[in-house]
Amino acid sequence: MSISNEQAQAYWRENLRIIVTHLVIWFAVSYGCAILFVDQLNEIPFFGFPLGFWFGQQGSIFVFVILIWTYVYSMNKLDEKYDVHE
Amino acid sequence: MSLDVLTFLFVGGSFALYIAIAIWARAGSTKEFYVAGGGVPPIANGMATAADWMSAASFISLAGLVSFIGRDGSAYLMGWTGGYVLLALLLAPYLRKFGKFTVPDFIGDRYYSTTARTIAVVCTIVISFTYVAGQMRGVGIVFSRYLHVDINTGVIIGMAIVFFYAVLGGMKGITYTQVAQYVVLILAFTVPAFFLSSQVTGHILPQLGLGATLDSGMSVLATLDKLSMELGFAQYTAGTKSTLDIFCLTVALMCGTAGLPHVIVRFFTVPRVKDARISAGYALVFIALLYTAVPGVAGFGRVNLIQTLNGADNTGTAYTEMPSWFKNWEETGLLGWQDRNGDGKVQYAAGKAFDGKGKPNFIEGRGVNGERLTDNALTDPSFDAAKQPFANEVYVDRDIMVLANPDIAQLPNWVIALVAAGAVAAALSTAAGLLLVISTAVSHDMMKKTINPNLTDKQELMYARLAAIVAIIIAGYFGINPPGFVAQVVALAFGLACASVFPAIIMGIFWKRHNSAGAISGMLIGLVSTMAYMYYFAFAGGTPAEYFMGISPGGFGTVGAILHIVVGVVVSLATAEPPQEIQDIVEDLRIPRGAGSAHAH
Repeated sequence: MSISNEQAQAYWRENLRIIVTHLVIWFAVSYGCAILFVDQLNEIPFFGFPLGFWFGQQGSIFVFVILIWTYVYSMNKLDEKYDVHE
Repeated sequence: MSLDVLTFLFVGGSFALYIAIAIWARAGSTKEFYVAGGGVPPIANGMATAADWMSAASFISLAGLVSFIGRDGSAYLMGWTGGYVLLALLLAPYLRKFGKFTVPDFIGDRYYSTTARTIAVVCTIVISFTYVAGQMRGVGIVFSRYLHVDINTGVIIGMAIVFFYAVLGGMKGITYTQVAQYVVLILAFTVPAFFLSSQVTGHILPQLGLGATLDSGMSVLATLDKLSMELGFAQYTAGTKSTLDIFCLTVALMCGTAGLPHVIVRFFTVPRVKDARISAGYALVFIALLYTAVPGVAGFGRVNLIQTLNGADNTGTAYTEMPSWFKNWEETGLLGWQDRNGDGKVQYAAGKAFDGKGKPNFIEGRGVNGERLTDNALTDPSFDAAKQPFANEVYVDRDIMVLANPDIAQLPNWVIALVAAGAVAAALSTAAGLLLVISTAVSHDMMKKTINPNLTDKQELMYARLAAIVAIIIAGYFGINPPGFVAQVVALAFGLACASVFPAIIMGIFWKRHNSAGAISGMLIGLVSTMAYMYYFAFAGGTPAEYFMGISPGGFGTVGAILHIVVGVVVSLATAEPPQEIQDIVEDLRIPRGAGSAHAH
């Protein structure tokens, strides 16, 4: 391993922070908007959809795609910051 | 050109392409056979992962399922895509860094235990076999409907094609055929979706069309709600299951997706850790192209189906005037009609038209209108007039929705032929990925790592091919004699992946302290509790009233996973911490650099 132990720990902590941030959004759009609060959100019309229904069948999937790409972007930057990229 | 000629050209042409790719990409070593040499470009791996993942269930069954259950279908749409977020963030990069061939490899090495490895092998084989049986049935349905061969011949043709490229090419052959299969299946799904959407709503994109307003001044979804309620079905945009049940089902499908061995192994095939993350991103983009079109296809299909069956005036359509698709699907046995009120018209509403499970049991002979006769037709014409205008006379199998949609909407013949080729591509690509995982589990994890570590590379490769042949034959047997409980078995595959494989991998990466005793007890409790629960409700006469907190068997994997984690942590803390070299391995797989050299293709 080319980096010091402390640096490895710091890298891992930042990595975990990125993961947690993304998982919070992941949980909010799918379990939050489309399951737990679906009935409340369904009262709101959204381009011809009840909003909760839209999150369940369309919106959450779009958000999932965006989440993976922002994760890829953040991790690539992090890898370079700690010089652990290949 | 006639539909038969077109279908033959599309399906036959796609087969010729897959075989040509297989010959080009023959595997020479175990590394090529297992992980395509580890040098697949991320965008190609993304397409291959998408084709690997999108099976006959996604292509044929999902839109049908959503079409018939409405909002509750969200659990499947989110579960089968949200799992990729977990894969990308929590699994793929670390497993790629670990740099072995299989899931049991990781579990066996991380928990320094042959027992742990063996449990992982058992899970892998059970999950993959249950999955593959469904694919072969999908191939059989398409062949019997479009190529006028019987289902058995269809299954044997499918087996021969998969045999050719899985056994010859291994992962390398499979990867590049899956890229081609992805292109075929995504065109086959989206082209009819564009046609349907513009026909029903005037919007070409089904993602927008589902929110559109129809000529009647009502939106598509409001029309669906109204039609469903009038016929006694549940409101389309409302759920029928409890919030907790849907929640658990979604968790089980997401974590199950992230724990499926044939999906995970795809991330061993890319050159760098960075590429593992990127290919998960590509994979989900390619998957989302199909999944976001599904709700539109489901909704438009439902409107078209109801309007075709019940006619413009909503009183039913005479059987003798039914379009040809109705009679074609009746021949396959996936659709049935009986004239309960004797008016010669087909009427569709909520409720069963046939006794028992509601499926027609066909016998020889024809009725007065020319329909196929059954011996379990319900004769009592009584129905709840307050709830619906007439008694239901039709059985429609959910699985025919996607295949029948282009027929129902009277799309051109080449679109129908394309759909047939796409359904076969979806089933074959997934079957090949699963067969490879099974053969790897046998040759690598069992023969090489457990029974005889002195195997040469060449011998191991021979065992891998032999295992693939045996697996194809067993899969074909299940395709020809499908077990009557396919749905429960598929739920079992996700439940097992969620309750045993997924937590073991996650804890292995994120909790350095986890040891072999904790992992083994956790996996066993997850495995046993989930299997027992599903067995009890599928075969031992359990009733929904007895569900634990109202959680249906499909969602119980979530409870199994919680048990796994709790028991695993307690046992782990009560026993000695893992050896230093294992803790070093965990430290090492958290850092991307040095994931091992790759093959150039």
